[in-house]
Amino acid sequence: MIEHYLSLFVKSIFIENMALAFFLGMCTFLAVSKRVETAVGLGIAVVVVQAITVPVNNLIYNYVLREGALAGIGLEGLDLTFLGLITYIGVIAAMVQILEMVLDKFVPSLYNSLGIFLPLITVNCAILGGTLFMVERDYIFGESVVFGLGSGTGFAIAIIALAGVREKMKYSNVPEGLRGLGITFITVGLMAIAFMLFSGIQL
Amino acid sequence: MKLLRNLLDKQEENFLEGGKFEKLYPLYETIDTFLYTPSSPTKSASHIRDVMDLKRMMMTVVIALIPAVLMALYNTGLQANLGIQTIGASSTHWQAQVIDWLGLGHDPSSLLGNMVFGALYFLPVYMVTLAVGGFWEVLFAIVRKHEVNEGFLVTSLLFPLILPPNIPYWQVALGISFGVVIGKEVFGGVGMNILNPALVARAFLFFAYPAQISGDKVWVAIDGLSQATPLAQFADKTMAVSYSWMDSFLGFIPGSMGETSALACLIGAVILISSKVGSWKIMLSVVVGTVVTTLALNAMGSSTNPMFDMPFYWHFVIGGFAFGAVFMATDPVSATMTETGKYIYGFFIGFFVVLVRVVNPAFPEGMMLAILFMNVFAPIIDRYFINKNIKRRLARNVV
Repeated sequence: MIEHYLSLFVKSIFIENMALAFFLGMCTFLAVSKRVETAVGLGIAVVVVQAITVPVNNLIYNYVLREGALAGIGLEGLDLTFLGLITYIGVIAAMVQILEMVLDKFVPSLYNSLGIFLPLITVNCAILGGTLFMVERDYIFGESVVFGLGSGTGFAIAIIALAGVREKMKYSNVPEGLRGLGITFITVGLMAIAFMLFSGIQL
Repeated sequence: MKLLRNLLDKQEENFLEGGKFEKLYPLYETIDTFLYTPSSPTKSASHIRDVMDLKRMMMTVVIALIPAVLMALYNTGLQANLGIQTIGASSTHWQAQVIDWLGLGHDPSSLLGNMVFGALYFLPVYMVTLAVGGFWEVLFAIVRKHEVNEGFLVTSLLFPLILPPNIPYWQVALGISFGVVIGKEVFGGVGMNILNPALVARAFLFFAYPAQISGDKVWVAIDGLSQATPLAQFADKTMAVSYSWMDSFLGFIPGSMGETSALACLIGAVILISSKVGSWKIMLSVVVGTVVTTLALNAMGSSTNPMFDMPFYWHFVIGGFAFGAVFMATDPVSATMTETGKYIYGFFIGFFVVLVRVVNPAFPEGMMLAILFMNVFAPIIDRYFINKNIKRRLARNVV
């Protein structure tokens, strides 16, 4: 059992890295990776949000949306999965809002350092992608917790590595036309080649 | 020598601003400083002056590579001749025909025959690399007005050494173009790249054209002959390992042209370490990482995967391990530069190599990707140790 969860965790961090294997969440990935500090902040925020929303959406999916899930209250044969997308995004937005308020109230220092990134995460495709993968792969609740944590961590590792590379690239003499986003796209592509290291590992 | 200097001096005016070949100045500069120590004085803040400039450093690497190149020539020929013996028919490659014209014969025990046969495979690949890579290098130097760097001499020698002998020349050209342009020049040239350009080039070919660069059929320069590398033999339970450890150590095994011989890499390592060009810390920690990971996997064991039981001293001598650890991982540009960081960087290369070899069924060899992967993380490792040092020194100097 533990072995299964452990391999799911490793798999979601490295083999199925949200940013560098699926290229999800590219907008934040590219935009917020100029400095390592902010990248660390965003990374932590993604881990926290992912670790909360995936399990919550898992519960909603299994106990409300899924076909026959509401049989207990007399609504047999009801299939609400068509409401999936809108529900998940609503849950994510609500979760981020709640998290924001909680942080503001209890950990103002972290709240301040995360700043705009927290609300930005609402529209991060990696977060919604995590939930949709969870639905597609039929994870049970325990698996969804591990997967949420793992996929968030994978995104965080990738964005911190990219930020490190980009900080080093300050000393590079990039051709003018490629400066900024252009060279970042190329860098991300090269990083994805390096991350191919894990592709094919069966856990 | 005087004559050469005079010749260069006489030509100089043509390449200076306003001269006939003003645009080709980087070419002139390359040849000039390649042969002589540059005469131009430092213009801005003071530097430590040392004969060990970038050019000498790169030349040291090239010298350290010579044993590997010689082994590449010999072993490529040897494996091809052995292959001809095995299939019992002559090869249809033009290389074999040249050998026939020269009357050298396909005798695997003839040193000269093997050398020439191998050279006929290695040198064209090397020449394509030099010509195509050099073209991009000079083009960028001219357009972007920087110098042609000797870094390319190293890259262009490393790249053919890590290719299989039978690789089509157009793929060599495409690979080195990708490596030089995307891997290096778009970042601004030598010293500013993130990943090792030779490895980027090979990784590109590896994923774009896997048929010509992986599998059992490509490692010996004979068409249609299936010859598994020791790595493949270890991974397959049904296959017996047909090479002795000593053969692998000396390099008489099929594989990429220059990386079969651990001994040649060891000689290169001695040259690099004694001239302080390559970091012994990285090499040592790659070895330590490999040993530790292998011992851990040996202890875990597996009933289905024979690679779990492979002892570490085999890991050292097969595949691209030795070559990668000595020449690729120590690349001063893409490796970590902080001293403590080097241990971590090297250790994880060793760790990932063994991990990929053992648990990743998609790739038999992991050296290339392990080094690329750690290249990506090198800046963040450096940053951590630099900041730690800054903090420590700030704390010491309380005003």
